[in-house]
Amino acid sequence: MKALWARRNLVNVIAFTVVLAALGAVDIFRPFGLSFSALTGRVVTLDTMIRIGILTIVVVGLNLLMGYAGQVSLGQAGFYALGAYFSGILSTLATRHTILPGITGLWWWPWLMIVVSMILTGGFAYLVGKPILRLKGNYLAMATLGLGVIIHILAGQFPDITGGYDGLTGVPRLSIGSFTLWPMQRYYFLVWGAAIAVIVISLSLVDSRIGRALRAVHTSEVAAEASGVDAEQYKVQALVLSAIFASLAGSLYAHFQGAVSPSPFSFRASVELVVMAAVGGLASTWGAPFGVGLIYVVRDLLKSQLERLLNVRSGEYELIVYGIILVSIMIFMPEGLTASSVQFMQGRRRRHGNIEPQRVQSNGTVEDLGQ
Amino acid sequence: MRQFFRGKIGKIVLATGLVFAAIALCVWLGSRQRLLPQHYVQLTLDGMRGGSIYALMALGFVVVYRVTGVINFAQGEFVMLGAMLCLTIHKLPLPLPPALKLIVAIIAAIVLATLIGAAVERLTIHPARRSPPVTLTIITVGVTITLRAGALLAWGADPYVLPAFSTLALEDHIFRFGSVILQAQTLWIWGTLIVVLVLLYFFLEHTIMGKALRACAVNQRGAQLVGINPGRMSMLSFALAAALGAIGGIVLGPVTRPIYDMGLMLGLKGFVAAIMGGLVSVPGAVVGGLLLGVTENLAAGVTNPTYKSVFAFVILIAILLFRPQGILGGTGQATEEVK
Amino acid sequence: MPPILEVKNLRKEFGGLMAVFDVSFDVQPGEIVAIIGPNGAGKTTIFNLLSGVLPPTRGDIRFDGQSLIGLKPHVITGLGLARTFQSVQLFGNMTVMENVMVGCHQQATYGLIDAAFRLPHARREEHHIRERALAQLAHVGLESHAEEPALSLPFGRQRLLEIARALATVPHLLLLDEAGSGLNHSEKAELEQLIRVIRAGGVTVLLVEHDIPFVMSLADHIIVLDYGQKIAEGTPDQVQADERVIAAYLGQEA
Repeated sequence: MKALWARRNLVNVIAFTVVLAALGAVDIFRPFGLSFSALTGRVVTLDTMIRIGILTIVVVGLNLLMGYAGQVSLGQAGFYALGAYFSGILSTLATRHTILPGITGLWWWPWLMIVVSMILTGGFAYLVGKPILRLKGNYLAMATLGLGVIIHILAGQFPDITGGYDGLTGVPRLSIGSFTLWPMQRYYFLVWGAAIAVIVISLSLVDSRIGRALRAVHTSEVAAEASGVDAEQYKVQALVLSAIFASLAGSLYAHFQGAVSPSPFSFRASVELVVMAAVGGLASTWGAPFGVGLIYVVRDLLKSQLERLLNVRSGEYELIVYGIILVSIMIFMPEGLTASSVQFMQGRRRRHGNIEPQRVQSNGTVEDLGQ
Repeated sequence: MRQFFRGKIGKIVLATGLVFAAIALCVWLGSRQRLLPQHYVQLTLDGMRGGSIYALMALGFVVVYRVTGVINFAQGEFVMLGAMLCLTIHKLPLPLPPALKLIVAIIAAIVLATLIGAAVERLTIHPARRSPPVTLTIITVGVTITLRAGALLAWGADPYVLPAFSTLALEDHIFRFGSVILQAQTLWIWGTLIVVLVLLYFFLEHTIMGKALRACAVNQRGAQLVGINPGRMSMLSFALAAALGAIGGIVLGPVTRPIYDMGLMLGLKGFVAAIMGGLVSVPGAVVGGLLLGVTENLAAGVTNPTYKSVFAFVILIAILLFRPQGILGGTGQATEEVK
Repeated sequence: MPPILEVKNLRKEFGGLMAVFDVSFDVQPGEIVAIIGPNGAGKTTIFNLLSGVLPPTRGDIRFDGQSLIGLKPHVITGLGLARTFQSVQLFGNMTVMENVMVGCHQQATYGLIDAAFRLPHARREEHHIRERALAQLAHVGLESHAEEPALSLPFGRQRLLEIARALATVPHLLLLDEAGSGLNHSEKAELEQLIRVIRAGGVTVLLVEHDIPFVMSLADHIIVLDYGQKIAEGTPDQVQADERVIAAYLGQEA
């Protein structure tokens, strides 16, 4: 049984990697003049694909935190911002302040700073996580929301360090020795390599002692602790890990854009991350890339179609439909698209296999504490 | 020592100490900016103006939260709708004298916003009523996005103006007390808050519908047993919250410039105010709103106005961590709900 | 032999209400002890105090000579005191097997990083946990359901699964909170048999029960509570003959 499960994961990962690598290769070699965006009917460009990869990394982490450990975060964009800003600030030190001039120009400096950013962001998450994770449900959501908003506002405040509202520019491209990971076709491989690594880590975690502890805390903290699980410790670990993933994504974003400004890290961004996680399916690692991808595609399509229909150029009218889609998903498929479609397929298989469908209650209840 | 601060007297001593420390810090920072006493008065008055709006919004949060357990993110959008609908109706070429026209616009805007609030509940919360509150909260986020984008479509991205209530023009009466100034609209805002509180009190205490709403907030199952329909009460709570929000938006209209995305920050601040009041208490919401308005305005005044919102959210997190039952609450209901 | 559990003057107040009022008792190793009493007598509260879910207002609890006051629930579990819940609390998002594997949590030591990169020592421990969990399932007769969703089991088996999960923590003392409630006759007989087997395996058992006949045939020693106070204690025969016990139960029925 166990071996089967592991093999299924392995097959999924390999298939996913091969497909993405093939798509990336098409854009590099252009066989028969084909390009990435032509293959997808101009719906998904390479640029979009890279953005999807970056956000997949954030959402995989958010999924561990929300979907598995059951701790809602409405401030995940804050950690994403920290990664982007730490990386952006640290990798442009040389040009801005001529600190350590000999070293900061070297090719490995930005890579090192990505790791430093992850450590700093993780450390920050650890410090705030201890007190904040005592809160539950709506209260936790609001505290993380506040945290995200504070980071967003502060990011726009210190022009000397963060570049203020205009942001930082001149974030260098990444390179390995003299091999620059640019143009985009090369960066694509870096981003999706990182995304797949994060997915593999998440899959391994979920199916381990740690993952079981997180899922146990989600259902019933009291029962988890009675089984020997230190609920507080695992909640903090989940938060720190999700923050580290978000930080990595932020760094990749900074080196992709070549610039960092506060606007992509607003409260709306945090909400969107939650939506992506929810659409893909909470408690489903594979839901992350599909959730992010679907939201991107739907939004881009809506934007281009609505602009044509309404004959307008600017504005964000697609958000109307986007909001309606979000509401509909939460009403009709609260477990997310991936879970709902999997259930649908399993339901069919069961009916075909003449096995009686089992009634599964959605949740254990916590009732009888202290009579 | 620890034991002392846990006791009742200890807590009072601690709270008083903190308040004095905050005032001392405020005065010290202010003296570095060379603020004079009248500046503090001005900052406090302005803070109470913003705080009254927060209080109205916090009331909306409290009403919905107590009846449904949902934190209604769309509360800020109701404020925006109130202001936008009012100024749109006001601009219609109706053959009415100016004062009457404004009154008609105000009433129509409140009614429309209330209907929208009820419709939002029917269309989004009601179908998902069996989901956990966090899911419902996310649904209200979706509603927020839709309403805001709808407003962008309807009204564009430019700010509008609403005439001041006293002069029916853009220029408002200004009262001067030495160097302290007070706009007439500020008095309208305070007056509105008081009138709304009186009406709300009357509604909740002396009408059947209000009593049913309160019953539902205290014990839903019990309310159902005596024949109250919780679904209808949920709709009523959203309608009431929308009305409260719209009123706030309308009276605020003349002092800000209403714009399609004004609801976001206002909604969040209103929520902070509700949390300060403990999220379940009507007087708490009012005190929380006023206190938040004054605190953030004073804090911003003695440091740097761009940090105004940062203070609000620092207060939010501090309250959640140290006094989740709110600043007024004892160790009652709210702590129980922090599970 | 020193007692495995010593409870001294244990008291719990809920906002002025005395849920547990200065209760003292000892549990000897290898015994099956039952706490009985009418509804609201404070039985489940005592369990919540013993397992660290609630802090006592005052009093002391000593387990294997060590005080449990102020310890977190998972630490208490680690010391060898496991429990089940009155309303079964399984992890509904997991399989039967995984539920028991959560119980084995402290039997492994590998951490986040080992798990994330599937290091050899994590895999080895994981293999070990699996075997232990399977053995526990076999113990309660659920091994053939190992890969089913936990909540797809019928209620009686859910109770057994919860006991298996508690046993997986390798307890010296097992607290069973109304383990018999909601079970039919044959299931109760099975449960009684299982409890005897558990005791034979060297685990002391402390029960909270409501079903008096069930307890009378099973327990070596009985503690009777009423309104948070201990009103009687002794062998089943002694307790049955005690006038205060009869009054408490009759009073409730009247």
